Amino acid sequence: MQSHNVFIQDAVKTYGDFKAVAGITLEINKGEFFTLLGPSGCGKTTLLRMIAGFNTIDAGTISFGDRVINDVPAHKRGIGMVFQNYAIFPHLSVADNVAYGLKARKVPASEIAPRVKNALEMVQIAELASRMPNELSGGQQQRVALARAFVIEPSVLLMDEPLSNLDAKLRVQMRTTIKKLQRKLGITTIYVTHDQEEALAISDRIAVMKNGLIMQVGEPTQIYKKPENAFVAGFIGVSNFLDCEILGQDPQNATLIVGGYRLESVPISKPYSGPGKIAARPEYLTLGDEGIRGRIELSTFLGDFIEYEILLENGQTIQLNEYTKDALSIKPDGLEVRVMPDTMSIIVYDDNGEVLTS
Amino acid sequence: MIKLPTLKKPRFDFWFFVKATVILAMLFFLVYPFSTLITRSFFSKKVDGATLENYATFFSKKYYLDALKNTLLITFASSFTCLLVGTPMAYLMTRYNIFGKKAIYVCIILALMSPPFIGAYSWILLFGRAGFITRLFAGIGITTPTIYGPGGIILVFTLHLFPYVYLYVSGALGSIDSSLEEAGENLGSSKLRRLFTVTLPVVMPSILAGAVMVFMTSLADFGTPMLLGEGKTRVLPVLVYDAYMSEIGGNANMASTLSVIVVACSLSVLLIQKFYVARKNYAMTALRPPKVVELHGWKRFLVSLPVALVAFLGLLPQLTVVISSFIRTDFTGFIGGFTLENYEKILSRLATNITNTYYFSAVAIVFIVIFGMLISYILVRKRGKVASIMDLLVMFPYVIPGSVLGVCLIVAFNRQPIILTGTAAIMIISYVVRKLPYTVRSGSAFLYQMDASVEEASISLGVSPMKTFFKVVARLMLPGILSGAILSWITCINELSSSIMLYSGKTSTISVAIYQEVMRMSDGTAAALASILTLTTVASLLIFMRFSKGKVSVI
Repeated sequence: MQSHNVFIQDAVKTYGDFKAVAGITLEINKGEFFTLLGPSGCGKTTLLRMIAGFNTIDAGTISFGDRVINDVPAHKRGIGMVFQNYAIFPHLSVADNVAYGLKARKVPASEIAPRVKNALEMVQIAELASRMPNELSGGQQQRVALARAFVIEPSVLLMDEPLSNLDAKLRVQMRTTIKKLQRKLGITTIYVTHDQEEALAISDRIAVMKNGLIMQVGEPTQIYKKPENAFVAGFIGVSNFLDCEILGQDPQNATLIVGGYRLESVPISKPYSGPGKIAARPEYLTLGDEGIRGRIELSTFLGDFIEYEILLENGQTIQLNEYTKDALSIKPDGLEVRVMPDTMSIIVYDDNGEVLTS
Repeated sequence: MIKLPTLKKPRFDFWFFVKATVILAMLFFLVYPFSTLITRSFFSKKVDGATLENYATFFSKKYYLDALKNTLLITFASSFTCLLVGTPMAYLMTRYNIFGKKAIYVCIILALMSPPFIGAYSWILLFGRAGFITRLFAGIGITTPTIYGPGGIILVFTLHLFPYVYLYVSGALGSIDSSLEEAGENLGSSKLRRLFTVTLPVVMPSILAGAVMVFMTSLADFGTPMLLGEGKTRVLPVLVYDAYMSEIGGNANMASTLSVIVVACSLSVLLIQKFYVARKNYAMTALRPPKVVELHGWKRFLVSLPVALVAFLGLLPQLTVVISSFIRTDFTGFIGGFTLENYEKILSRLATNITNTYYFSAVAIVFIVIFGMLISYILVRKRGKVASIMDLLVMFPYVIPGSVLGVCLIVAFNRQPIILTGTAAIMIISYVVRKLPYTVRSGSAFLYQMDASVEEASISLGVSPMKTFFKVVARLMLPGILSGAILSWITCINELSSSIMLYSGKTSTISVAIYQEVMRMSDGTAAALASILTLTTVASLLIFMRFSKGKVSVI
C-alpha cells in the first residue's frame, strides 16, 4: 500500500465533560517520522487511537491522503500498529505472527514466506522465526511486533510508547533500529511517547501536547532551542525559570533586571515593559566575575560536565552545567559565585507566558 | 488511562447481532418462563382472576409450613455442619504435612462433584432398612441409628457439600501473609488464642461464603430429601415436585407458588451474603504464604487421621455403589456373589437413558461453550447498559433450583403456540440455562486478565472484529473455557432435579432412571447406573485436573 500523508482537522474526543482531545489540527507529511509528545493525560494516546480507529472521532476529521477515514472501521484503515505491551499473539510462532496480516490480506502463500523472512531480517531476528512468543525476551517480542506491523506495508505506521517496557540500554538500541527502518521504508509514522529524549532522538518533527491541545509543532532542534511557551521550555530538557523585570521600549535593546542584575541589550520581538520570565538551560549559564549573585549548594561531577545547584540571592534555586573540559577545577559547595546568562540563547516571556524572544 | 476498545458505534455489526440474539434467548428461555411462573402463582382454580389464595394456603396450612420449617432447619443445619467440618479440614490441610495430601484433595473434590442423590442412595445401601451395615449389626443384636429423616439428610449434605467450605477457606488461609500471624505472636498471643483472634476472623468471610454455597445447593437439592425423607420429611423442592405431579393437566398453580417461595429464600440469602459478607472481605496478597508445619511420628499420624477419615467418608458413597453394582440381587435386595447381571439388565432395558444422558449433556455443553464465550466477552469488553442487563440475567439462574426451573419451563412451554414439554430440547435448554453462569464466570475472569491490545493488534492488521474474536480471543480462551465445560459436563450428566420434572418416556436420563429404580427397590440396577455416572464423573474430573493444571477453580 502507498504511504500517505495524514491530515487531522479540528479533531475532538470527549469523555463526559472531559475533553481528552480538544480540537487538534495537524498535517503529517508523507514518509515523515512524527512524534506526539507530552505528559501522561495530555491526550496523545487518545489521538493516536482515533487515527487507528479504536476511538471514535467526536468532531472534526482525520484523512489519509484525500480519504476521510472517520467512518472507516479500524480493520479497513490499512494501518500498522505497535503497542506498548507488544500484543504478540501468544498462540502463534514468530513467523506466524508476522504472517498474520499478510494472510488476512489474502497474499499468496508463495509470497508470504519470503516477505516474512525479509521482515524478520530487517529487525535482526531471522533466526527466531520458529520460536513461540513465550521463549522471547521483551526486546525480541517488540521486534516481532514491529516486523508484524510494517510487513503489511501500511499506509500509516502507528506506535504507542513502544519502548517504555524495555530497559534503558535496550530502549536506545531499539530506537536506533526503528529510526533506520523507518528511513529505509519511508512509511509515514506517528509515534507516541512521554520521553522527551526519545522524541528528540527519533523524530523528524514533534508535536508537544498538553491538556488535549498542541503546544508547539516543530523539528527537534526548534523545539529544544526555541520553545514557543513556558510549558514546552519546561517539558523539553531542563530549563531554569527566573523572574525578571523587562524594560523594553526599544525592542532591539531591552534591559532585563534578573535577581538584582541588569542584563543589557537583549533583543525582544516587540516593545514590552513590565514583569516577565526568562528561561535558561543549564548549559546557557556560565560562572564568572559578573552576573546574578548566588551560592553553590551542591556540585556534582558527571564525567563530561559538572552540575552545580546554585541558590540565588532572591531565593530561587537553579541548575548550571559547566563542561569539564572548560573548567579549571570543581568549585566547592558554599562558594559565592556570579551567574551570567547567555543573552543570545535565553528565552524571554511576558507576564502571560508568551515568548518575547524573536 | 482507560484504554477500552470503544470501536464503532454498534449499528448492525457482528456484536450487535450477538447481543440481540443473547438478549432474545434470555428473554425467551429465562425471563418469559419465570414471569409466567410468577403470574401462575397468583392464579387458582377456585378463584377467578388474580388472587393471593395460594400464598394464603401456604402460610396457613401445617403441611406447607412444616415443609418450610424442615427446609430451613435442614439447610441451616447443613451449612453449619459443613462449616464445622470444612474449616478445620482446610486448616489442617494447609498448615500441616498430612499423609497423602494430594490423594485426599482428589477425594474431597470427588465428594463435591458426585451427585448428592447417589450419596443418599448409597447411605441407604449401608444404613437403610435392608442396608449392609444395618443387617450386620442387627445380626449381633445392635440397632443402628436410622438414616431416614432430617438427621440422615443433613449427614449426606454435610459429606457432600463440606468441600465448598473447605475450598473457600483453604484459598483464604493460603493468602494470609505469615507476618500477620507472626505479629499476633509478637504481641504475646498463644497459638490457640492467635487462631481465634487473628486467623479465624480474617478467613471468616470465606467461611461464610462457603456456607452460603452450601445453603444454596442444599436448598436446591431434590434427590436427597426425596430418597431419605420417604414422604415424611418434606422439604420445599419435594413439595414443588409433588404439587406439580398432582396438578398434572392442571395449571401448576401451587407448584408455581412454592417455586416462587423457594427462589425468594435463596435470593434473600444470596443478597445478605452480597451486601454483608462480600463487603467485609479482607483482600490480601500474601507476600510470604504461611509455612507448612512439618510434624513427625505419631503427631503427624494423629493430625492426618481425622482428615483422611472425613475424606474417606466423603468418598464412601461412590465406593459403595460401585462395589454393590457387582453384587447379585433378587427382589429382597442384595444376596451376595459377584455378577455382571445388573449391567446386562440396564444395557438391555435402559440403554436409551444412557445415550440420552450423554447426548443431551454433550449438546448442552456445545451451547454453553459458545454462549459462555460470547457473553463473557460482551460483559468484559463491551461494557454498557446492555452488558449490565445481560450480567444480571445470566447470573439469575444461580438462585433458581433445578425443580423450579423445571416448573418454569413447563408452565411457559406447555401450550400453543410453543409446545416443548416432553422434548429433548426442553431438557437441553434447562441444562444450558442452569450451567451457563459457571462458564460465564470463569470466562470473564480469564478475559479480565487478557490484554485488549492483542485484539486491537489483530484488528489493526486488517482482521475484522468478528474474525478477530474467533481467530484470537476464542482461541486463547479455549483452555479455560474447556476446563469449565468439563465441570459443567459433570453437573449435566448428574442432573436430577430439573430432569425429573421435564423428562418423558423417550427423554429419560440415567439419573431419572436411578431415582425410579430406587423407588422400585431395584437396587442392583440402580447401583449399576450410579456406577456408570460415578465412573464418568471420575474420568472427567481427572481430565479436568490434567487440563486445568490447577488454574481453574472447581467452584
